[in-house]
Amino acid sequence: MSNTQQQVPQGQEATARGEDIPEAMRLRIYRTMVEIRHFLKRANDLFLQNLVKGTMHLGLGQEAVAAGFAARLNKDDYSFCTYRGHHHTLARGVSMLSVLGELMGRQCGLMKGKGGSMHLTSVEHGLMGSYAIVGSHLPVAAGAAWSAQYRGTKQVAVAFFGDGAANIGAFHESLNLAAVMKLPVIFVCENNLYMEYTPISSVTAVKHPAADRAAGYGLEKIVIDGNNPDLVYRTAGDAVARAREGGGPSLIECLTYRHGGHSRADPAKYRPPDEVAEWLRRDPIAHYRKQLLELGIAEQTLSGIEAESIAKVDQATEAAKVSPTPALESALTDVWADGGSAWRN
Amino acid sequence: MAQLTYREAIAAALAQEMTRDERVILFGEDTAAAGGVFKTTEGLLAQFGPRRVKDMPISELAILGAAMGMAMTGMRPVAEIMFSDFLACCWDYVANEISKTRYMSDGQITLPLVILTLNGAGARFGAQHSQSVENWAMAIPGIKVVAPSNAADVKGLLAAAIRDPDPVLFFEHKFLLSTKCEVPDGEHLVPLGKAAVLREGTDITVIALAAMVPKALKAAEILAAEHGISATVIDLRTLVPLDTQTLLREAARTGRIFTVEENPRLCGWGAEIASIIQEEAFGALKQPVVRITTPHVPVPASDQLEDAVVPSVARIVAEIRQAMGARRAA
Repeated sequence: MSNTQQQVPQGQEATARGEDIPEAMRLRIYRTMVEIRHFLKRANDLFLQNLVKGTMHLGLGQEAVAAGFAARLNKDDYSFCTYRGHHHTLARGVSMLSVLGELMGRQCGLMKGKGGSMHLTSVEHGLMGSYAIVGSHLPVAAGAAWSAQYRGTKQVAVAFFGDGAANIGAFHESLNLAAVMKLPVIFVCENNLYMEYTPISSVTAVKHPAADRAAGYGLEKIVIDGNNPDLVYRTAGDAVARAREGGGPSLIECLTYRHGGHSRADPAKYRPPDEVAEWLRRDPIAHYRKQLLELGIAEQTLSGIEAESIAKVDQATEAAKVSPTPALESALTDVWADGGSAWRN
Repeated sequence: MAQLTYREAIAAALAQEMTRDERVILFGEDTAAAGGVFKTTEGLLAQFGPRRVKDMPISELAILGAAMGMAMTGMRPVAEIMFSDFLACCWDYVANEISKTRYMSDGQITLPLVILTLNGAGARFGAQHSQSVENWAMAIPGIKVVAPSNAADVKGLLAAAIRDPDPVLFFEHKFLLSTKCEVPDGEHLVPLGKAAVLREGTDITVIALAAMVPKALKAAEILAAEHGISATVIDLRTLVPLDTQTLLREAARTGRIFTVEENPRLCGWGAEIASIIQEEAFGALKQPVVRITTPHVPVPASDQLEDAVVPSVARIVAEIRQAMGARRAA
């Protein structure tokens, strides 16, 4: 267990409490995390009932990163996430029904069944796509940031990625480009310690797969406890402010842990039981609940949020179940901007 | 009308569109200060400044990824990949990202961007700087594919590609860069998806693309003057969208179709055209469709060897004569 503990920087929880975060914001972050948690558990249930086909990559356990960052973004800021992107999608305010509908391949889905679990996209919420080729979205986020810089809009782009992406060429190309152009982009590594089934430490030359590379691009090394919502929120705030003010990119490594396997095909038996137990003990939601109670927030406020979240998930589930499947003709639409798929006259 | 080289027409089209639309920006390796390794973007940095014409690191993933991020947020980027061979370094963006995003997002995201790249043999650069890879791109749903054969079309098609709401892979041909022709002054646009009939003949139809077009025209002259064979020559100009109407009309008219392709044999664009014509105009065909291609080998470096593999005027004439002779013998 010492291995896990040494990866968590000491003393940062205290700093996190140093800044006053308004109660309403803390409750918003708590609500976002709880909603994500119940949603993901429900998605898992629906997968087991064969109502969600294909595969899914759940962000169970990683809710704090999504909630903390989303709380710092303006509506017109850009988020880019990976195939493990449900938590970020919901955190940006996309409706549960449209996400669940997409997982279930229904007409009510965010992309009406044409994208699926790994490609959630909602431009109106600033969610500029979920990318299933590891690391491919990092240059795209840099490009969106470049566009914002060119247009002078003060928008920022945030790219969330896993520890495995830090060994991808696109990661390094993006960091270099973002640093040399001082782009308003924030690269956020959710280091959940496993690159799919393989411990990231066994295939990476440095201890911190993202943050230890920061120096190579003239950036500050930032490693935080990604299961600490206040700390994530504060760190995100600093990075977003820097980007918005023209101070350039940030690279932030958030230490966190998947409660389950890489995908629905993976029972994650390769993880030592004591490691799993330790990280479950450090569950961000349980941790934050305790913290909020200590700060004097009433038990019934929190249990109210929990009950409302479950009701919201129930409602979305029932609505998604009765949503029709997409019209088959839609498989041949929207390749091109004219709405069609013609390649010949 | 002014005489412009193919090379000058690239810069002219970019200047025309950058003047017209602030959202158009240009970037690539050695694109700005050096004016391009083949001087195709010369003068643009001076005219539009470093904000709109930028040199990139050797980072093909970042170049195409950034273009995509720009295009989805209101810009109209033109991203240069120095040699088309290098598309293999960033094929993820062509094959997985740029081409599929509109579809996967159910139309939420459109990507008005152009990938500008130098294609083809003729510079004696060997197997990794001489390929014709237009057929790779043609195989992917969601990206338009353009490959002009002359300076006037370069100007008109590149301008149209920049204005197009969809992603376009624009293949310049390095062998054609110093060729010249009359190019319309002022705004010039050539719509994507329209083949050009460059020469009307009665016996056969020769379908060509990019650097194979002037060779096909020369071959047609020889066939007419020396062998009494009257050839129509079609410049395809774009592979996607494909002007099948013109091709099928010609198939019905002459019944004898030849493709001249610089790409290697297997799955070259001519195979798709042959397939379409046999499926939809079989009754009109007087002989099998004949494909004249580079053999299925990498492009060799030696000038002697390179000239031996890429279809030449002499080979086009010979293969057409052979096919016609075989028909007569039968």
